[in-house]
Amino acid sequence: MSQLWFDVAHLLAGGMLVLSFALLYQDRIAAVINVFALQAIALSLSVAWQALVQDAPHLIVTAAIALIVKGFVIPTALHHIIRQMQIHREIEEVIGSGLTMLTGLGLVALSILLVQPVGEVSIYVREDLAFALAVILLGLLMMITRRNAVTQVVGFMSLENGLVLAATGAKGMPLVVEISVAFSILIAFIVFGIFVFRIRERFDTVDVSALDRFRGERSDA
Amino acid sequence: MIGPVEATLIIPAIAIPILALVSSYRLGASLNILASAMTLSAAVALLFTAHPRSDLIIIDDFNIFLVVLTTFVGFTTSIFSATYLAHEIEIGRLTPLFLRFYHAMYQTLMGAMNVALVANNIGLMWVGVEVATLSTVMMVGIYRTPEAIEAAWKYFILGSVGIGLAFFGTILVYLVAQEVVGDGLPAMSWDLLVKSAPMLDPQLLSLSFVFLLVGYGTKVGLAPFHAWLPDAHAEGPTPISAVLSGLLLNVALYALLRFKIVLAGNAAAINVGAIMVGLGLVSLMFAAFMLYRRRDIKRLFAYSSIEHMGIAAFAFGMGGPLANFAGLLHMTMHSLIKSGIFFAVGHIAQVKGTQRIAAISGLSVTHPVLAVLFSLGVIAIAGLPPFGMFTSEFMLVSSTFARQPALSVVLVAGLLIAFGALILRLQDIVFGEPIGKAHPAQASYIPAYVHLTLALIAGVWLPGPVVQWFRGVAALLG
Repeated sequence: MSQLWFDVAHLLAGGMLVLSFALLYQDRIAAVINVFALQAIALSLSVAWQALVQDAPHLIVTAAIALIVKGFVIPTALHHIIRQMQIHREIEEVIGSGLTMLTGLGLVALSILLVQPVGEVSIYVREDLAFALAVILLGLLMMITRRNAVTQVVGFMSLENGLVLAATGAKGMPLVVEISVAFSILIAFIVFGIFVFRIRERFDTVDVSALDRFRGERSDA
Repeated sequence: MIGPVEATLIIPAIAIPILALVSSYRLGASLNILASAMTLSAAVALLFTAHPRSDLIIIDDFNIFLVVLTTFVGFTTSIFSATYLAHEIEIGRLTPLFLRFYHAMYQTLMGAMNVALVANNIGLMWVGVEVATLSTVMMVGIYRTPEAIEAAWKYFILGSVGIGLAFFGTILVYLVAQEVVGDGLPAMSWDLLVKSAPMLDPQLLSLSFVFLLVGYGTKVGLAPFHAWLPDAHAEGPTPISAVLSGLLLNVALYALLRFKIVLAGNAAAINVGAIMVGLGLVSLMFAAFMLYRRRDIKRLFAYSSIEHMGIAAFAFGMGGPLANFAGLLHMTMHSLIKSGIFFAVGHIAQVKGTQRIAAISGLSVTHPVLAVLFSLGVIAIAGLPPFGMFTSEFMLVSSTFARQPALSVVLVAGLLIAFGALILRLQDIVFGEPIGKAHPAQASYIPAYVHLTLALIAGVWLPGPVVQWFRGVAALLG
C-alpha cells in the first residue's frame, strides 16, 4: 500500500511539474491555457488520490473544485476572452526560452535542496513538498518571463496549483484552508477579468509592456 | 451568542451587501460611517469582556490593541472618506455606481483585517490578509486611469506572489506542528504553537519563516519587497492610501510578529531578530534617500511609510522590553499620524487639483487651515517633539545605543536623512509663492485633528494603563 501510495502520488505530482515546464516555453496563448487546464486536471487527480490514501473524504471537494473550476470553467472563459480580444492566434515571444528552461531546472534543484530538512519528518512528505515547491517556483518564473496579462495570470494560477498540492499533501490540514485557496483562485479570476477589461478599454492591448509607458513618477497630473 | 469579537466580524459582513445595494452615495457614505462606528464600539467592548480561546479565535493583549486601533482609524477614515468622495463625485472623477462598489470594498477590507487580527488559526489569518489585499487592489484601480491600472496590476501581482509564498510557509508550519500537536485545527493555533515551540523541528521551522518573511514582508512593504507600495498609495483614492498605510501594513507586521514569537520559543531555530534588524535598516536607509527624489506628494508619504515600517521592524528585531515597547508605540503613532497626513494630503490634492509637489507651493497663503494641519502632521511624522513619534524613536535609539552602538549610528543617520527630506518638502509645499489653483477647501478637518491630538497626548503624557498594556505586550513579544 505504502509503495503504491508513493508511486501514484509521485506520478501525478511529477506530471504537474512537467506541465509547468510546458507552460514555461509554450508561446501560443491558446496553448498556454490548454496546458494550464491539463495541469489543473492533474492536480485534481492528485488531490483525489490523497483523499483516498489519507482517508480524508473532504479532500474530494477540493479535487472537484480543482477539476471543475480550474480544469474547465476558467480555461473556457479565458479562451472566450482571448477570442473576443482577437489574440487567440497571437504568438507571444518568450524571452530566452532556453535560458528560462535552464533557470527552471535550477529552481527544481533548489526546491529539492530546500526541503531536505523535512526528511526527518517523513520521506513521503518531503518528496511531495519538493514537487509542490518546484511547481510554485516555476509559476513564479513564468509570471516574471511573460509580458502578456493573460499568461501572467495563468502563471499565477499555476503557482496556486502548487500551493494546493502542498496543502493537500500535508496530512489532516483543515478544510478551511483548502476551500479558501479554491476561493481565492476564483477571486483572482474575477480580479483578472476586471483588469483585463479595463486594460483593454484603455489600451486596446493586453500586453503588460504597454503599461510600462506609465512607469514611475508622472510628469504631470 | 454573539460577543463583541463576533460583532467586529459580523457588522462589516452585514454592511457589505447593504452598501453594495444602496444607490444614493450620500446614504452609502453615512451607512459606511455608521457601520465603522458600530465596529469600533464592538472593538472597545472587547476591552471589558472576557475572552475564552477557541481553535479559531483568540483575543490577547497584543491583538486587542491592534483591533481597537484598526477599527478606530477605520472609523475616522470613513468620516474623511465621505467628504473626500463628495468632492470626487462633484468633479466627476467617480460615479455613484463606483461608490457603491467602493463602500462595499471598504467594509470588506475592515472585516478582513479584523479576521486576520483575531484569528487564532494561522490559515484563517492568511485568509484575512488575502481578502484584505484583494479588496484594496480593487480600490486602488478604481479611477481607471492608466496609472491607476498599472498600480493595481503591480500590486495584484506582487501582493499575490507574496501571499502565495506566505501560504507555503503556513503549510510548512502546520507540517512541523502536526508532528507535535497532532492533526487538524490545533496544529494551526497560535497559543498551542507557542506552547509547543521548543519541541518543534528547528530546521523546518526556520525554512518556513523564510517563506513567511518574504510573503508577509511584501505586504509590510519592507525593502526590497516594497515595489508595489508607492504606486498603490499614489494612484488610489486617498482614504485608501490612509488605511493602507495606517492599517494594512500593521496587520501584515502583526502576522510576522506572531510567527516571530513562535520561533523565539525554539532555541535551535534561526535568529529572526537579526533578519528583521537587517531588513528594517535597509528599508529605513533606502526610503530615507528615496524621499529626496519624490515629486508626487502621495508618493512622498508612501516612501515615508516604508521608512517607518522599517523602523518598527528594526525595533521588534532588536527585541527586549524597551525596544519592543518602542516598536509598539511606533506602530500606533505611525497609524495615527500617517493616516492624519493622508487626510490633509487628500484635501490638498483636491483644492490644488494636482498631486505634484512643484504645483502645490504656497499653501499657507491660499489655505491656512490646511497648511497648519499639514505642517503639524509632517512635524509629527518627522519625529520632532512633542509628538508621540519622538518618544518612540528616542526610546529606540537610546535602547539600541546601550546594546549595539554601531547599529544606532546607522539608525540615527537614517532618521536624520529622512527628517531632512521631509522638512525640505514641507517648506516647498507650505511656504513660497502661491502657485496653482485655490479652490476653497471643502474638508472635514476633525478626523485629522483627532489623530494628531492623540499623537500629541501620547508624546506628552502616555496614560498609565496604556503604558502597562504596552509593557505586557512587549513582554509577550520577548
